[in-house]
Amino acid sequence: MSTKRIEKIVGKAIPMPRDDIDTDRITPARFLKSITFEGIEKALFCDERENTPDHPVDNPAHKGANMMFVGKNFGSGSSREHAPQALKRFGIDVLIGVSFAEIFAGNCFAIGVPLGVASADDVNELIKQAQEEPQTRFTVDIRNAAVSYGDRVIPIDIQETRKAAFLAGTWDMLANLRGNLPRVEEVAARLPYVTNFDSEAQ
Amino acid sequence: MSKNTLYDKVWDSHTVARLDSGQDQIFIGLHLIHEVTTPQAFGMLKEIGSGVAFPDRTMGTVDHIIPTLSQIRPYEDELAEKMMAALEQNVNEFGVRFLHLDSGKQGIVHVIGPELGLSQPGMTIACGDSHTSTHGAMGSLGFGIGTTEVGHVLATQTLALNRLKVKRIEVTGALGPGVTPKDVTLRVIHDLGIKGGLGFAYEYGGDVFDDMSMEGRMTVCNMSIEGGARIGYVNPDQTTFDYLEGREFSPGGEAWERGLSYWRGIASGDDAEYDDVYEIAGESIEPMVTWGINPGHSVGISQPLPEVDSFAGEDRKTAEHGYEFMDLKPGETISGTKVDVAFLGSCTNSRISDLREGARLMKGNKVHPGVRMLVVPGSQQVKQQAEEEGLHEIFTEAGAEWREAGCSMCLGMNPDQLVGAERSISSSNRNFIGRQGSPRGRTHLGSPAVVVSSAIAGCIADPREMGE
Repeated sequence: MSTKRIEKIVGKAIPMPRDDIDTDRITPARFLKSITFEGIEKALFCDERENTPDHPVDNPAHKGANMMFVGKNFGSGSSREHAPQALKRFGIDVLIGVSFAEIFAGNCFAIGVPLGVASADDVNELIKQAQEEPQTRFTVDIRNAAVSYGDRVIPIDIQETRKAAFLAGTWDMLANLRGNLPRVEEVAARLPYVTNFDSEAQ
Repeated sequence: MSKNTLYDKVWDSHTVARLDSGQDQIFIGLHLIHEVTTPQAFGMLKEIGSGVAFPDRTMGTVDHIIPTLSQIRPYEDELAEKMMAALEQNVNEFGVRFLHLDSGKQGIVHVIGPELGLSQPGMTIACGDSHTSTHGAMGSLGFGIGTTEVGHVLATQTLALNRLKVKRIEVTGALGPGVTPKDVTLRVIHDLGIKGGLGFAYEYGGDVFDDMSMEGRMTVCNMSIEGGARIGYVNPDQTTFDYLEGREFSPGGEAWERGLSYWRGIASGDDAEYDDVYEIAGESIEPMVTWGINPGHSVGISQPLPEVDSFAGEDRKTAEHGYEFMDLKPGETISGTKVDVAFLGSCTNSRISDLREGARLMKGNKVHPGVRMLVVPGSQQVKQQAEEEGLHEIFTEAGAEWREAGCSMCLGMNPDQLVGAERSISSSNRNFIGRQGSPRGRTHLGSPAVVVSSAIAGCIADPREMGE
């Protein structure tokens, strides 16, 4: 389980306007039939890309981008981790959006992809900048919770505690959770249903 | 901040620790696993040399990828066969209980959990599937999780979670004839929006829920996630206890009495406080059908489709996209829209009461010649019960296909898929673009009653207008 500090991400951005982009669109269900995440990036937005000749993901001007700007409620629907895995494996290291679906956000944190939340106006500005000047290099500064380009600095909201975990490189929760295993046993012993209400075992 | 709700009580009693991440480490009382979201998680255990921490609190089955027509191994689809074999090997290697096809108890995880009495009030339940919210109908907290988190539960029986706010959704009065729990949940999502539940758990209550069957409550809780709420639940009551009594994994004898006392104790108190409350009059709900590309794009079956001007900002663009994709226009009514496929099934509506309701309406009628209809029970036990009652004959005599248990046409992971631009009326939970397997396929969501009345009419039809 490798885990690394995430402090700053610098690079180009793919603009993905529109709200409510669900995980069926990010990675259609028929591409989930695999026992590894290897190659899942090939499924990224694949149906949309096939039907949209100028899809932002395929636009050569955005080639090599390592961040994505999105609208409201990004990642809604299915809990499939294949969606953030596809984004990460495609090369997206951070997403900035107006809001994110709950399970998607948890999955992103679990695999070390920071999410930054900004106002709709600010996100629209970022999307416009990436669309009109795709070579723009943006900097996402996790510590100072901001995205910047040129002279422009836009504040973003990163959940304080998650921010600390990215900066310290402790976002992989498994070690933390395992460290508390003795306490897990204690909690289990207090819950009567764990023995199916057999009083003698309590 | 909410106080003394079921959510607060269960959260507090299951908290192991406050983590440095600011999240709470929550004990998971029941972990349901299936073939799609677990292989990478078992791989993670092997990598770190960990076993499954609480194999007795873990139960596996297979649902997403299994064909519902021929289940002879090896499956024609090599990828499906590979996933199936991986799950079989993992449950063997890690000593996890598994309800296989030959157990007679296999089915969609969210159908078999309650059916077997595995899902009980006051539990935390996790599964690598967003519709785990279904189990909230039992008075439990059901968390849909991703694969890395499945690994966390396997290795530690816990999750790192953020505490949610609690919104009480009160549906007062009574439902009109022909109006079902599916219509209630579509109406909630219509009113509050698909983003309305972000950061919230929904507590459903009021007269309509007090009078609702357990299976109806499962339908509503199932779709909480479609409104953005990761969790939805109903407080346990006598209806819950009557449902649980005598099920395979329910406590029996003296233990049953101890169970009752625990379950009564975890319900929201009379003095419970909520972060928000939303009220709907039951009488104002009519059968709902979706017209667009997310579950919030719905309309009362007799109402005109909404004008795009009624949506603001980006929602307007999504609505325009929805109309374009679905080939519909504002101002039209949804009924009368021709359909090619009718699907009765999925973790939302494939339980025995759904099939009974469908069969009651289907009896003496025929599926329209232009419609292909699939009826897919949610579990082997539901299938068996339906066959004992002769429901399968009503469906097959009408010209519908009667299938084996599985997720089927809810999502394109098995052979049951839309083809090309086919249009379906479906009792499932998502009308996202591409959801039913064809990138151009068009999905309308509705209740089992709407699915059957539409299958007969060949177009979306109001079940209240069917001659009885």
